[in-house]
Amino acid sequence: MIMPLLRRLGQTVFVLFGISALVFAVFFATPGADPTARIAGRNAAPQTMEKVRKEYGFDRPLPVQYAIMMKKLFITRDLASYANRGELVVPEIMRAAPVTLSLVSGAAVIWVVLSIGMGVVAAACKGSWIDRTLMMAGLVGISIPVFWLGQVVNLITQNRYHDTWLFSWVPGLGYVPFTQSPCGWFLALVIPWCVLAVMFVGIYSRILRADLVAIMGEDFIRTARAKGLSPTRILLRHGLRTALITFVSLFGMDFAQLVGGGALLTEVVFGLPGVGRLTYQALNSLDLPLIMATVMYSAVFVVLANALVDAAYLFLDPRVRDAH
Amino acid sequence: MTKPSNTHRPSAGPWASALRSLLRNRAALASVAVLAFIVVASLCAPFYARHVAHTDPFVSNVAGTIMLNGQETDIMQPNDNPLHLGLSPIGPTGHTAYLLGADSQGRDIMARLLYGGRNSLLISFSAAVLCLVMAGTVGIAAGFFGGVTDMVLSRLMDIMWAVPVYLFAISLSIVTITSGLRIGPFVIEADNLLIPIVIIALVYVPYAARPVRGRVIALRQAEFVTAARCLGVPRWRIVLRDILPNVSTTLVVMGPLLMAMALLAESALSFLSIGVQAPAASWGTIILDGEGLIYTRPMVAIAPGLAIVAVVLALNILGDGLRDALDVRDASRRE
Repeated sequence: MIMPLLRRLGQTVFVLFGISALVFAVFFATPGADPTARIAGRNAAPQTMEKVRKEYGFDRPLPVQYAIMMKKLFITRDLASYANRGELVVPEIMRAAPVTLSLVSGAAVIWVVLSIGMGVVAAACKGSWIDRTLMMAGLVGISIPVFWLGQVVNLITQNRYHDTWLFSWVPGLGYVPFTQSPCGWFLALVIPWCVLAVMFVGIYSRILRADLVAIMGEDFIRTARAKGLSPTRILLRHGLRTALITFVSLFGMDFAQLVGGGALLTEVVFGLPGVGRLTYQALNSLDLPLIMATVMYSAVFVVLANALVDAAYLFLDPRVRDAH
Repeated sequence: MTKPSNTHRPSAGPWASALRSLLRNRAALASVAVLAFIVVASLCAPFYARHVAHTDPFVSNVAGTIMLNGQETDIMQPNDNPLHLGLSPIGPTGHTAYLLGADSQGRDIMARLLYGGRNSLLISFSAAVLCLVMAGTVGIAAGFFGGVTDMVLSRLMDIMWAVPVYLFAISLSIVTITSGLRIGPFVIEADNLLIPIVIIALVYVPYAARPVRGRVIALRQAEFVTAARCLGVPRWRIVLRDILPNVSTTLVVMGPLLMAMALLAESALSFLSIGVQAPAASWGTIILDGEGLIYTRPMVAIAPGLAIVAVVLALNILGDGLRDALDVRDASRRE
């Protein structure tokens, strides 16, 4: 029990190091322009350039630069944005994080409930028109670019049909903190939740259906059937429970990726001031320190979340526990 | 399985029988037709712009006029909404000129849509092919040689896998867009289409390399590989003659799915203005152009979005059809 955990911990530390080195290399060691110019922003004064070069150690070897950057990001947390008049980057990310978390959690609830429903119904009606319709709907969901869907939904709910009874409740674009007004928070987020969930409903319902169909052909299902259990009970208690193992591990990964910035496009389209929109604004002002910080923090978050999910598996799933 | 009665005739190879079962799949055939139509239409973009619409979709035409029903009409029209000042571009005309209306710079949307299709399809297709080549190489090397090679490559893939795809692509794009790329004597300008192609191919390599590696590890223990090895066949020959043909079905099935993901990624990058650079068009940049006009001239953003949905959906259906036809199970699609 202890050894697998330790091994997993060692892997996590290694991947964390690897990721930080990779992100560092992307931003500061790609062939091309001087990294000083990238940090200092467009048309920086020579004094600023000199200051940046000193501060980030760009006149010193790469490992030293890497160490300085990690210290600024995670220990002193005083990485400052040059494009944005010395605004500290890390606190800015921390302020934006709850918005992203609200967006992703709500969407996750919708996509888990809907995709389990769709996947189970499709698997139960395998081969019928219901199955085909649901799976085609899932495929359409996967194929829609989320930012475009957001725009079209905005067009309908904010403009064309806003004055009808159907959408008159939709508030203007933007975010309302939960602490300020729970009801306003819900209303502001419910449409972004649905838009963000569409693609994942497609992916998850299709995966769940495929897994369920495969599992329903297995021996233990035949045993359950031979015992005379009802088809519903077999599908839900025996089939679905087994199929959910893959589902849950995929869910952990996607959830972490979305919180780590994968929801960027949804945040941009709906004007939600989360981590993704912060990255987007940094893109427009070419604010490299901010972009690097968001990428680094989200990558670290994804790795830690995955490690947590894996550790939970060690405790929950006897097959994984005893395999080591 | 060949029946005893026709053993004298060579049975159909895996590709021929896959093609036959694909030809029976009506949804897959329909999606091939849709794809072919969109590709041909995009290839005709210069012809359409010059001889049908009579406009240049890359030059701002704010002061221009067109003839509609014998009347000369301004491209930039007074706003419909009296509360708003300024001009808005002409909406869908229903004529050959400005069929879908104009964007905020007075350029013909239909013509830009066709030109944008060229870039979007070219980028996503090339990115998918490049990604398959890289993932195939990495997956075969890691799976076949095992040991240290496998460990290094797999750990590298793990690390790349942990960075959210779009953030990874955004980081690479912003760095190359600001200053271009200089590798030794070669300079790649920031507006070169190679940049988005390479970036998109690179970020999807871990997704495609994993199934390949798994397949190769299973193949390495297959009897015919052991037999070849015992006969003293050189390793490169085993890879080329025994491993590659058996992995090729996995790669072919992943092709359309990868192209679908690459197209979505390209449009997202272009929408964030770090993909295809102005004045060149792609479906993503046209959606970006339409963002400001979404309430007044929604067609500017809706049309390229529909094109993306049509192509991605067709590619996904084709990928599913290929998977069923070639009976490949481990090439699962993942976002």
